[in-house]
Amino acid sequence: MARWLLIATLLALPAGARAADELVLWHAYRAGEEAAVVRAVDAFRADHPDQPVRVLAVPYGAFAQKLKTAIPAGHGPDLFIAAHDQLGDMVARELIDPIPIDTAVDRFLPETLAPLGRADFGLWGWPLAFKSLVLFYRTDLVPAPPATTDELIATARRLGGERRYGFAYPFAEFYFHAPWYFGFGAELLAPDGATDRVDSPAAAASGAFLRRLVLEERILPSDANGALVTELFNRGRAAMVLNGPWFVSEIAAGVPWAVAPLPVVSDTGRPARPLSTVEALFVARGRTRPAVLALAAALTSDEAARWRAELAGQPVANAAVYEREEIRASRTLMTFRAQLADSVPMPTAPLTAMVWEPLNEALRQIGRGALGPQAAFAEAHNRIEILSRPLPEARSPAPYVLVLLLLFAGGLGWAVVRRPPAVLRRLVEARLAYAFLLPTALGMTLLVGIPFLMGIGIGFFAFGPGELRFVGLANFTKILAAADYGVTHPLSFYFTLAVTMLWTVANVALHVAFGFGLALLLQPTWVRGRGLFRVILILPWAIPNYITALVFKGLFNAQLGAINALLGKLGLEPVGWFDSFWPAFTANLTTNVWLGFPFMMVTVLGALQAIPEDLYDAARVDGASGVQRFFKVTLPQVAPALLPAVILGTIWTFNMFNIVFLVSEGQPEGSTDILVTEAYRWAFMRNGQYGYAAAYSVVIFVILVLYTLFTRRLLAGRSRA
Amino acid sequence: MRVPLWHKLLVYGVLIAASAVALFPVYAVVLMAVSRGAGFSAVIDPDWSALTLDHLRRFVSTTDAEGRWLFGRQLFNSLVISTGTTVLGIGLATTAAYAFSRFRFPGQRAGLAGFLVTQMFPGTMMIVPLYLIINALGLVDTVLGLVVVYSTTSLPFCVWMLKGYFDTIPTDLDEAAIIDGASHLRVFYQILLPLARPAIAVTALFSFLGAWNEFILAATFLSREEKFTLPMTLYRHVGAYGADWGAFAAGSLIVSIPVCLLFFVLQKHLVGGLSAGAVK
Repeated sequence: MARWLLIATLLALPAGARAADELVLWHAYRAGEEAAVVRAVDAFRADHPDQPVRVLAVPYGAFAQKLKTAIPAGHGPDLFIAAHDQLGDMVARELIDPIPIDTAVDRFLPETLAPLGRADFGLWGWPLAFKSLVLFYRTDLVPAPPATTDELIATARRLGGERRYGFAYPFAEFYFHAPWYFGFGAELLAPDGATDRVDSPAAAASGAFLRRLVLEERILPSDANGALVTELFNRGRAAMVLNGPWFVSEIAAGVPWAVAPLPVVSDTGRPARPLSTVEALFVARGRTRPAVLALAAALTSDEAARWRAELAGQPVANAAVYEREEIRASRTLMTFRAQLADSVPMPTAPLTAMVWEPLNEALRQIGRGALGPQAAFAEAHNRIEILSRPLPEARSPAPYVLVLLLLFAGGLGWAVVRRPPAVLRRLVEARLAYAFLLPTALGMTLLVGIPFLMGIGIGFFAFGPGELRFVGLANFTKILAAADYGVTHPLSFYFTLAVTMLWTVANVALHVAFGFGLALLLQPTWVRGRGLFRVILILPWAIPNYITALVFKGLFNAQLGAINALLGKLGLEPVGWFDSFWPAFTANLTTNVWLGFPFMMVTVLGALQAIPEDLYDAARVDGASGVQRFFKVTLPQVAPALLPAVILGTIWTFNMFNIVFLVSEGQPEGSTDILVTEAYRWAFMRNGQYGYAAAYSVVIFVILVLYTLFTRRLLAGRSRA
Repeated sequence: MRVPLWHKLLVYGVLIAASAVALFPVYAVVLMAVSRGAGFSAVIDPDWSALTLDHLRRFVSTTDAEGRWLFGRQLFNSLVISTGTTVLGIGLATTAAYAFSRFRFPGQRAGLAGFLVTQMFPGTMMIVPLYLIINALGLVDTVLGLVVVYSTTSLPFCVWMLKGYFDTIPTDLDEAAIIDGASHLRVFYQILLPLARPAIAVTALFSFLGAWNEFILAATFLSREEKFTLPMTLYRHVGAYGADWGAFAAGSLIVSIPVCLLFFVLQKHLVGGLSAGAVK
C-alpha cells in the first residue's frame, strides 16, 4: 500500500511548479515558422540570461480549445500567436489584454494593423505576418501568368486534358472563392458591421463564373481538396493553383514554379480580392507586465521578422523588411506584399462565423450543377438568417428550480414510504457488494457524473457574444418543433435522426456479421498463421482513425480516387461519391465498417474461448449439422458476452463523430450528417451556440436511453423464455 | 477430426481476402509514409523511384527547442499513461463487474444502466467540465490527472464487458469455494480473475488503445512539452493551413506498432482461456 501511495504521489507531482518569473509562449506553428519563432526567443534569452522563457508548440487541432479552457482557469500562457479572425471571440471571452497604448506600431504595414484595432483606440495585438491567396503557376507549363480571368480561362483550357487540369483549387471552400466573390463586387459585411445579404446580383455573378470554370469550361477538378491540389501541382497535372504562403513548403523539389498576383476579373475590370488573415501576438488576460512586453518586443522586432521571412518565407508585417535587398529579390514575398493591398481582411465579428458553412454549401451546389448561382446564394442567405436568429428570450429559472426540488422531495418521500427498515437491511446485507463498487462509483461520480450533469445543464442556457442567459426549455422546443426547416429537409432534426438510425443499424449489423464470421474462421486449431491473421485483422483498429478516414476519403475521390479508377477499368461509369445521398452514405459506411469490425471480432474471439468443447462433442453425437451447432451452441454461448458489445457498439456508432465529419463532411447538403456531427457544428462552427448544442446532445441522449430501455425489455423477454 | 480440403481452401481464401481488404488502406498509409511527394495520390500512382525513410526518421528523431530527444520522452509518457490507465481501469472494472455479476443489491440495475447512460453523451461537450474538475483537484498538467480521466471514461465499457463475461462463468464454481470457506475476495482473485482472462485481455486492449490514441484531452490538459504524449507530436503535423501528410502517415505507423505488439502478446490470453484456467 505504501508503495502505491508513493507512486501515486510521484505521478501527481506537477512537472516543477511554474517559476514565478518564467515567461510562457504558446503557438501552433510548425516547420520553418516554428524554427523562426524559436530563433527569436533564443536571441531574447541571450539578451536576458536571467529571464526563463518556455515555448510550447500545441497541435493546431487543439489550440483554440486549449486557449479557451486554460486561460480562464489561470493555466494559460503569457503570450500566444493566433490568427486575427479569432479576435471577436477572444475579446468576448475576455481571453486577451489590449497592448499598451504607447506601443510604437508605425513600423508595421497599415493593412496588418487595421484588423487588430479596438473600437475605442489602440490595438489588441502585435501583427506578425499576413496570409492570403495568390496565383501559383508552373513556369514549365505557363510561361507568363494571366493578367485577367479571360486569359486565365484561355490558358487553362489549352493545358487541360485527360486527368490534367489547367487550374485547380478547392472551390467548395468560400475562402478560395472569395477572390471572385469580392472581385465581382459582392460584399460580405455591410458598412455597419452586420452581415450583408450574400445573395446580391454580384454574388450570383461570381457563382456563374464558378459554374463556368467547373461545368462549362471544365478546367477545374470537381472534387478537389487541399492535399489533392498539392499533388496535382507537384505532378504537373495542374498548371495553376490558388494558394497561400504555406504552399511554398509543399511544392516538391525540382518543380519550376512562380507566383503572380490574382488576375483582374474581366467581367468587372476589378482585381480579384482574396481574404487576408493577420497572424498576431496576443497577451493573455491579466498577464501584461514589463517582462512580457520585452519578450513581445523581441518577437516582433524587425530582426525577428527578417528571420521569419527568411527561414519560413513568411510574409511579415514589418515594413522595414521589404526594404532589404534580399527580400526585394524574393518575387514570392513581394507578390504577397502587393496582394495585401488588394485583399479583404477576414471579418472578426463573432456573428460572421456562421456564414462560412452555408456559403460553402452554395458553392458545392453550383459546382455540382444542382442549383443555379442565384438560387444557391439565395438558399445560403436563408440559412444564414436561420443560423443568426436572435437568442431565445431570457426566462426566470424559478419554476425549473421548483420542479427540481419537487422531484427531489418526491423521490425522498417515495423512498421513505417504501418501508425503510427493509431497504436499510438490504443495504447492510449488500455492504460487500458496495465495498467492491466504492472506488469505481467515486471515480465515475466525480469525473463522469458531474461533467455529464453540467452538460445537461448547459442545454437550458443560450450563449451570445459575452453573454449567458437562462432560456429554460426554449432550445429543446426549437429542436423538436423543427421549425427552421420542413421535416423532410436534410437539415431538419427528424431527417438527421432518421439518417443516424439508419447509420447505426447498418453499421452494427455489418460489424457483428464480419466480426463474428472472421472470429469463427480464426477459431479452428488447424488454421495455420492464426496469430498473423489476427494481428493483420486488428490493424484497422490499431492505426489512428484520423488518417485512415482521410485515406478512405481519398479512395472515394471522384477524379483521382482508386475506387473510381477500378470502376473505370471494369468499364463502369465513375461515381460522384459525395454528390448524392446514397453513394456518400455508402462511403461513410464502408469506412466505418472497415474500422469497426476488429472490435467485434476480438470480443467474439474472447467469448468463443469460454465454450467448453464437450458441448460441441455432445451436439455432434446428437447428429447436429454445422449450421445447427452454430445456432444451438455457439450463438447462445457467445450471446451474453456479445450483447454488451453490441449495446455499446450501438451507442458509439450513434455518436461516431470522426468518420462522418472527415469522409463525407455531411455532403451533400448536410444530408449524411448524423446527430453528433450536427451538435458539433452548432457548438464549434456556428458561433459557439453551446446551449443549443448541449440541448441537441441531451436529445441524442434521451433517444439512446429509450433505445436501451427497449433492448432491456427485449433482453428480459429473452431470459424469461 | 479430418477437415475436407475444399473447406480448408475456402477458409484460407476468405481469411486472405479479408486481410487484403484490411491491409489496403494500411498499405496506402505506408506508401504515404515512404513517398517523398507525400500526398494522398501516392496511393494510385506511386513513384517507386522516390522512396525515402526521411519521414520515419524525422518522426523518431524529433527534438525539442533545447535539442533533447523528444520522441523517447513522449513514447515513455504515452506508455506510462496508457499502462496506468489500463491497470487502474481494469483494477476498478473487475471489482465493480464482480459486484454486478455476483451480488444482488439495491441500485444494481440503476447502477449498470447509469454506467451505460454516461456513454451516450457526446464527448466534445464534456471537455470543459472535465477540465474544471481536474483543475479543482490540482491535477492539471500531471500524468495522474490524465490517467484518472482516461480510466474513468473507459470504465463503463470495461464494467459492461467484464460483467457480461463473468455472467458466462458458472456460479457453481464460486459457490463451491465459498462452502469450502473461501472469502469473496479469494473467490474473486483466485477463481474468477484467472477464468476471465480472455475478457480482461479484450478490455485491457480497449482501455490501452483509448488512452494511446487520444489527443484532444491530452493537448488541453498538458502544457509542458516533456509531458506530451505521442499522438500530440503526431497531430502537430496537421497545421492551420495544410499538413505534412508524409510525416503524419509515418507517425501513425510508428504509433500503431506498440498496439500491435500488445495485441500479439494479449492474444495468447485470448485463446488461452478456459483450458489454462482452474477448471481442469
